[in-house]
Amino acid sequence: MPHSPLYECYQREAKLTEFAGWNLPGQFAGLTPEHQAVRHSAGLFDISHMGQIELMGNRILWDFNPLVPTAITHLQPGQAQYTVLLNPHGGIIDDIIIYHQGQPGAKLIVNAACSAKNLAWLAKHLPGTCQLVNQVLLALQGPQATGILQTLTADVLQAIPRFGHQIITTKLGQIWVARTGYTGEDGWEIQAEPGVGQALWRELCDQGAVPCGLAVRDMLRLEAGLHLYGQDMDETITPLAAGLGWLVDWDKGDFIGRGALTTQKTQGLAQKLVGLIGTGRRIFRPGYPVLAQGQTVGRVTSGTLSLSLGRPIGLAYVDTHWAKLGASLTVQVREQELPVTVVKRTFYTRPG
Amino acid sequence: MTLTYPAELHYTASHEYVALTDGLAVVGITSFAIEELGDITYLELPPVGRTVTCGERFGTIESVKAVSDLYAPVSGVVRAVHGELVDAPERLAEDPYGIGWLLKIQLTQPEETQALLTAADYQAQLGG
Repeated sequence: MPHSPLYECYQREAKLTEFAGWNLPGQFAGLTPEHQAVRHSAGLFDISHMGQIELMGNRILWDFNPLVPTAITHLQPGQAQYTVLLNPHGGIIDDIIIYHQGQPGAKLIVNAACSAKNLAWLAKHLPGTCQLVNQVLLALQGPQATGILQTLTADVLQAIPRFGHQIITTKLGQIWVARTGYTGEDGWEIQAEPGVGQALWRELCDQGAVPCGLAVRDMLRLEAGLHLYGQDMDETITPLAAGLGWLVDWDKGDFIGRGALTTQKTQGLAQKLVGLIGTGRRIFRPGYPVLAQGQTVGRVTSGTLSLSLGRPIGLAYVDTHWAKLGASLTVQVREQELPVTVVKRTFYTRPG
Repeated sequence: MTLTYPAELHYTASHEYVALTDGLAVVGITSFAIEELGDITYLELPPVGRTVTCGERFGTIESVKAVSDLYAPVSGVVRAVHGELVDAPERLAEDPYGIGWLLKIQLTQPEETQALLTAADYQAQLGG
């Protein structure tokens, strides 16, 4: 099983797990200390398994624009946009971030398991070139992330806004940093050559960043109300159903899947993604039925016990009638029906 | 956590252990099971006085990673339940063979204990 170039940095301290065909850290010191680190200081994740795709083309943003429902042609070099690739049925091929590097280049960071299909899709629809690259990717997340990263560089990191990105010079070499992440915290995603990435991992740990695994990353992203591809959305789900309607710019002109989305918008949605919060400590897991008045009205797609809230939280698709904020439903957790309330999907928002 | 399998205990293939003392079976789950589950979040145990049958489900244990059934390693009557652990199930991981006990069962079929695994058998199964 492939492992990341950072493997040798953490192999003795991490509990490794298989993820999307990669052997990656599931956990280091444990969920609680890792969660605390990201929410209150800084956590460091190896995300090198994520797909890194470089796009080249003289009109790259204009060429890419019809592949996504979001208007992206206004992006300036150094800006980025979260969006989704859609199939002709409006289904989500993947959720991605496109980083405009300045013509003729753009960078995509995509889900690990979707890299190959994305690449094939892009090759089919883009006139320019696209290729996977294999650099180290790190995520440094938490309120102290910027301060820790700043110890390595004279470049002023605070000047880079959310979703901004640029190449910076550090004492370890040049790295690409983006003010993005998947934890609900301020923080950075960092791309580097393998050798630089290894030195960076060690240096960031020396500066106080706490190594974190994919288990806590899943809890953090769910607390922040962020979707996981393959669980909370897939090629049968449109952005409208997934609560990602804000990604659709109806004024942008044609894009793949537009007709299907228009039809869905006109006819209404059968089901919508909602946030659920429960009481007690039992976790609702993907596939568990959601009930109203004794009838199944949906199913859970993600669930965890939120360490921030001390309560079980989850995402579920439920019949639109039951998707209103405040609706009282139950989740069938094995032999028990546990009461839950429909709430905003952002379960945790960082202070300030 | 260091994985240990005390030689004086008896084990099941489903990762429960039994400590036999004067007709009482103290039941818990092994350090291997706890390691596999990860962060434990929820524990459901039967009430005192409930009759349990060897091989049948007597409870549930959940972690962030997974949910598992607990199976009675022996038949008998539940004489004690570790209620404090139900309120703080994460403590189970601190000492699975000490404070991590779950039930005390008064045996009704003492001969069933002969079918339990020795520590060596159990470890061999984990290795295989």
